[in-house]
Amino acid sequence: MSVREVWEEKPSALGRFGKGTVLSVVLLAVLVPLWVVLVTSLSSETTINEAGGYVFLPREFDPSAYIVIFTGGQITDAILVSTVVALAGTVLSLVVTVLAAYGLSRPGSLAHKPLLFYFLLTFLIYPGMIPSYLVVTGLGLKDNLLALILPTAISAFNLVVLRAFFMGIPGELLDSARIDGAGELRILLRIVLPLSKAVTAVVGLFYAVGYWNAFFNAVLYIDRNDLQPVQRVLQQFILAGQTPSSSGTAVYVPGLGSAIPPTLAIKMAVVVVTIVPALLVYPFVQRHFTKGVIIGAVKG
Amino acid sequence: MSAIPSVFKKAVVVPRQRLSFGARLRRDWPLLLMCLPATALLLVFHYIPALGNVIAFQDYNPYVGDNPFEAFLYSEWIGFGNFEYLFKNPAFWDAVVNTLSITAFQLVFYFPIPIALAILLNSIMSPRVRALVQGVVYLPHFFSWVLVVSLFQMMLGGAGLIVQTASEAGFAMPNFMTDPDTFLFLITAQALWKDAGWGMIVFLAALAAIDTNLYEAAAADGAGRWRRLWHITLPGLRPVIVLLLILRLGDALNVGFEQFVLQREAVGRDAAEVLDTYVYYQGIAVQQWGVGAAAGLFKAVIGLLLIVGANKVAHKFGEQGIYSKS
Repeated sequence: MSVREVWEEKPSALGRFGKGTVLSVVLLAVLVPLWVVLVTSLSSETTINEAGGYVFLPREFDPSAYIVIFTGGQITDAILVSTVVALAGTVLSLVVTVLAAYGLSRPGSLAHKPLLFYFLLTFLIYPGMIPSYLVVTGLGLKDNLLALILPTAISAFNLVVLRAFFMGIPGELLDSARIDGAGELRILLRIVLPLSKAVTAVVGLFYAVGYWNAFFNAVLYIDRNDLQPVQRVLQQFILAGQTPSSSGTAVYVPGLGSAIPPTLAIKMAVVVVTIVPALLVYPFVQRHFTKGVIIGAVKG
Repeated sequence: MSAIPSVFKKAVVVPRQRLSFGARLRRDWPLLLMCLPATALLLVFHYIPALGNVIAFQDYNPYVGDNPFEAFLYSEWIGFGNFEYLFKNPAFWDAVVNTLSITAFQLVFYFPIPIALAILLNSIMSPRVRALVQGVVYLPHFFSWVLVVSLFQMMLGGAGLIVQTASEAGFAMPNFMTDPDTFLFLITAQALWKDAGWGMIVFLAALAAIDTNLYEAAAADGAGRWRRLWHITLPGLRPVIVLLLILRLGDALNVGFEQFVLQREAVGRDAAEVLDTYVYYQGIAVQQWGVGAAAGLFKAVIGLLLIVGANKVAHKFGEQGIYSKS
């Protein structure tokens, strides 16, 4: 509907003004905080002091806060930890989910119904925090990065999305490969996956964002300071004292000494670092938003 | 030599159901093998913990064994003792009341916003403006709760940007980040900021599916903009709205966890304790494992009943629901 139909009234001036105001407010509400964070993270001490805190108008380009957080210390560790967890976790999740989604994509195969039920039941039955905690710690995964990966490695939702897509691939295509002697794994790798690049990418990006944003499993399972993910550092910086078991109170930053609290610019730089992966991933996912991947999944 | 017969065997179209178990196993074992890793992961990290909820009926003591599994075996079974403790504990009922009031509050002040936003955006002609707005408002969905709460702290907290600006202009602002009286508004604002845009997607899809001829016919009959909204747009959205409403009611005990655990200390337990945070504090922080597990199990069972009930209602309304029998 990008052209106004002949029967449609022209919008009144008041209506246009109202709509414009509402949409501008919505856009500003999202963008202004991000802008302030970015500008403050790139400002020098003096600018921040003159502004009395957050800086709105950029006056200089001072990357010193970023140099500090990327040259060793707990924040660098945390960025590395989060990156490793997000990358390794996404690979594992994708492999396992794609395999299972393909394994379940043929109704009528052996044990298809009970297996599908087994996966779908996870929507209705949740594990519960305390037994999960006991299982993970019982497996000896305390202070092990696997504790940030394995418990959330599979989302049944993503599995259902992929399976639905795989089922939409014409069976004749797969049959012809089978006649040529291809095994199931080869069919999956050579035919099904190349046809499902977009949906697989979207699912992978969802997993990656999930791993990057994961916070509470780190509270539960990671005590060591050098294994904390970046979300924990963010929480300790900005919301310190507000959250449970904030084990490492003073965050060690080289050049500042462990006792000195980090400057506002450094805090804001950490915020920017936690946002950036989402921003990088976002344009790729966004293209597929409205194209049915997600909407189709919502409709079931 | 051996490859040729097998090719012919597979080329023959055989109705699937008539095959014997052995033949189906021979045909489908690769598929089963592919499901194995996911099945195992879910078994260990989903279903075993789900079964582990039975420690709600134990006086679970982590020190009677060398690891949690042994401790489970040697801990004493005490029947419904933990539940008795729970139901007599006012803090637990506070958490239940808080959870339900948050759900009720957000049904009124959160739920309609994505619908309104979608209708508003749908009325915008310019594809560029629409793409811009969509691109911006979907974004916060991909932020973590730590980040969202941090951003709110930076804007509304004691030394926040808005407070800072207001005090420069001579206004004294209350600190919303620590005020229990305004906590409902705060968390709803945060939830809106994070997910209202994302919540729009499904309504935009439903709006796009409404037949434009209906609008044209109505306009020809003299219906103005608001009457078309009332008689065509809203009825067109009705199935989606009913479905999501029912799903939300079925999910009434789930109000989110990280958002509350992050702010519970600042705002105080009276306002910010919900069922999930109660489970955490009672079970893991205070180490009353059995009581925490009982609270978790209580929530899980009621939640399951609500979901099944909500789905029944959805079917009654002629909607699809989240699952159907087929």
